[in-house]
Amino acid sequence: MTDVQKDQGKSLTGLKKVRRFPPEFSILLVLFGIILVFEILGWYFIGQSFIANKQRISIIVLQVAVTGIIAIGVTQVIITAGVDLSSGSMVGFIAMVAASFAQVSTNDRAVFLSNGWVDLNPLWAIAVGLALGALLGAVNGFIIAKTKIPPFIATLGMMVSARGLAKWYTLGQPVALLTDSFSWFGHSFPIMGFPVPRPVIVFLIVAIIFHILLTYTRYGKFTYAIGANPQAARVSGINIGNHLIKVYTLAGLLSGLAAVMTAARAESAQPGMGVGYELDAIASCVIGGTSLAGGVGRITGTFIGTIILGVVTSGFTFLQVGAYYQEIVKGIIIVSAVVIDQHRQNKRRKVS
Amino acid sequence: MVSPSTMKAVRESGAVPNAEYVLEVENVRKEFPGVLALDNVQFKLRRGTVHALMGENGAGKSTLMKIIAGIYTPDSGSFKLRGVDIRLTSPLDALENGIAMIHQELNLMGPMTVAENIWIRREPKNTWGFISHSEMRSRTEDLLKRLNIDIDPMVEVGTLSVANRQMVEIAKAVSFNSDVLIMDEPTSALTEKEVAHLFSIIKALKAQGKGIIYITHKMSELFDIADEVSVFRDGRYIATKLSTEVKRDDIIRMMVGREITQMFPKETVPIGNVKLSVKGLTLNGVFKDVTFDVREGEILGIAGLVGSGRSNIAETLFGVTPASSGTIEIDGKQIEIKSPGMAMKNGMAFLTEDRKDTGCFLLLDIQDNTQMAVLQNRYVNYGFVQQAQLSNDSQAMAQTLRVRTPDMQEPIMNLSGGNQQKVLIARWLLTKPRILILDEPTRGIDVGAKAEIHRLVSELAGQGVAVIMISSEMPEVLGMSDRIMVVHEGRVTGFLDRKDADQVKIMELASH
Repeated sequence: MTDVQKDQGKSLTGLKKVRRFPPEFSILLVLFGIILVFEILGWYFIGQSFIANKQRISIIVLQVAVTGIIAIGVTQVIITAGVDLSSGSMVGFIAMVAASFAQVSTNDRAVFLSNGWVDLNPLWAIAVGLALGALLGAVNGFIIAKTKIPPFIATLGMMVSARGLAKWYTLGQPVALLTDSFSWFGHSFPIMGFPVPRPVIVFLIVAIIFHILLTYTRYGKFTYAIGANPQAARVSGINIGNHLIKVYTLAGLLSGLAAVMTAARAESAQPGMGVGYELDAIASCVIGGTSLAGGVGRITGTFIGTIILGVVTSGFTFLQVGAYYQEIVKGIIIVSAVVIDQHRQNKRRKVS
Repeated sequence: MVSPSTMKAVRESGAVPNAEYVLEVENVRKEFPGVLALDNVQFKLRRGTVHALMGENGAGKSTLMKIIAGIYTPDSGSFKLRGVDIRLTSPLDALENGIAMIHQELNLMGPMTVAENIWIRREPKNTWGFISHSEMRSRTEDLLKRLNIDIDPMVEVGTLSVANRQMVEIAKAVSFNSDVLIMDEPTSALTEKEVAHLFSIIKALKAQGKGIIYITHKMSELFDIADEVSVFRDGRYIATKLSTEVKRDDIIRMMVGREITQMFPKETVPIGNVKLSVKGLTLNGVFKDVTFDVREGEILGIAGLVGSGRSNIAETLFGVTPASSGTIEIDGKQIEIKSPGMAMKNGMAFLTEDRKDTGCFLLLDIQDNTQMAVLQNRYVNYGFVQQAQLSNDSQAMAQTLRVRTPDMQEPIMNLSGGNQQKVLIARWLLTKPRILILDEPTRGIDVGAKAEIHRLVSELAGQGVAVIMISSEMPEVLGMSDRIMVVHEGRVTGFLDRKDADQVKIMELASH
């Protein structure tokens, strides 16, 4: 046994070890706090429980599954000190294209691909959606890496163009009457009496994969390094441009996945799908502790952040609060969650 | 206890109590999570003197200064300014009470002019309440003239050299009419001529009755400029002496608590084959026609003034700024280095000059900081980091380098400068380099850590690593190098062998 192994568990120099809570701890507390408030208000005003309701839980998670999938891709983008504004528009465009690969033939409405391309295996639509997402993401990444313009501008451009593409694709017509085998992906199935929507399962799997990716792989380590200090990352031998292309490609891929899920759930696609999703996704990230300055953030935090947004929306509906008030308060909650988290972080890492 | 605002009013009325000590702190204690930074220390500053503060990195000097400058509030202890108890709550408080700090990392706004930087928040106004630029300009001119500083008040600070920026910081501090000036290693980035100028300014300030706290790691400066010296070690106050009555060795002994027998222990090791051969290396507009060889086991020192192109040569060798022309050969084979990644594949490592800008990932922990470079080529299996093995090796490396930290999960920003530097060295040693480029490896580092780093570099040379070491410190270059290459204005002006090299010869070549 070497000295190092013997010393493990002890400190390097005999200094007192600091106890560290996982950074998600306080966000989780915020989530519990919000649930508790709704629970109390629920009993007081409505006379029933907020959380002990299978249907409601199912709706909460279904509502956030799609923006959650996007938020996971956006989390890694924000960790590199970037931002992705294009995800919502990409959902719109890709949903249109993917849905057009999933139309049924017995149909008196327009079929947007030629007649041989109907009643396809749903994997076609999914593959097309993911590939298109990855492609658009790669375009984002390529522009950012090669022209060195701020990610805000590059993805703003993509946001506007992709929305235009979504409308152009069918000249504004919705794509309806999709195959059952495609819509299957958007439906629920029961687990122990709980109706579990399939997009939620996808969201969970994606979250786990990306958590592993960011925590245990070189890809993840380099992502944090680039956000924390791009110059030091460069001197450490990291090819920043190539890495950013990968990051934005993966973010685009997840936008594509979210688009497929959206279309499957709605059993149709419209050019206006996904409006504002990019902002919900960014909100989930920052509520979950991801710093817009880069270098800080975790998928677990984003996951909780996503759930918080879902709980808040569902809670207001439950309390029969008007839609206008909902949005007003949602904005306040986003800002306060980040203020609280930042305050806590500052206290934690005081520089000696 | 007097509130800062009362104190400020008293000061403005001119009725300043005349105490022997302009500043007295006693029994000051400050704890950070996991670290007792200051353990009941004391510090007294007489008016009209320069009081040097010495100690290894992590001794508590910077923490104490930040308390005096109002950046930190102490956990306990008394704080007297001109004999009156006071409690400062912010840097602004300190500034308004006549305590100004000139930061190690300069805190000026690059895109603004010298005048704007100096008078920010206190801009002179004209009758309509708008900023009067002409008034600001003439005030700045007066101020700079009084200090014998030759800088145009209207140039953007970002275009000034480090030395000039520091002069602007000093002018700013003086413009507050401060009684206490804190200088944290002001000479670390200055050339000898600039140091001389700085010292003349300090002497003038001293003559005006100001008290100057001077943090330094350079022993020679202590005897040049300081009247008194206080030594700290591990967050404790050790002693205060008159600089006329102590010797260099006494101070070192107080600082490290042990004898340091040899400062620059480059051992004689067998020098092998030519490892790296550079011919006609040119980066347009920066340096030209640089040609040299480095052998296995050899330490090639690069000397030259700040701005001579020394660091640029290193950056080009490592692919940070690829060369315009010229060839690089390793082991006799010509190779192309267009990026740091390519340089690393060829067994090179590069410790950069600027710890904060191009070295540390300040938001990440020590573990991540240590492993970031080696992940490029090792410890990765199918994209997955072999963390157990890597953590073990990183920790062993950190222990060898004596990084002072509770554990590897500590954020690197909580470490002192010297310990951060050790982490960065660990980062590169993990990559097992065959060619090691060090740019100012011991800048801003205490004596103990310095000796450790020197010993380590010497050991690496013993293992056949070819070392290129850039340093502004003459004794370091002279002590460590087998050969010294001197650079002046982007050209190599000469090579000196270890046995013929001395300070005068280097300076002649470096200034031509």
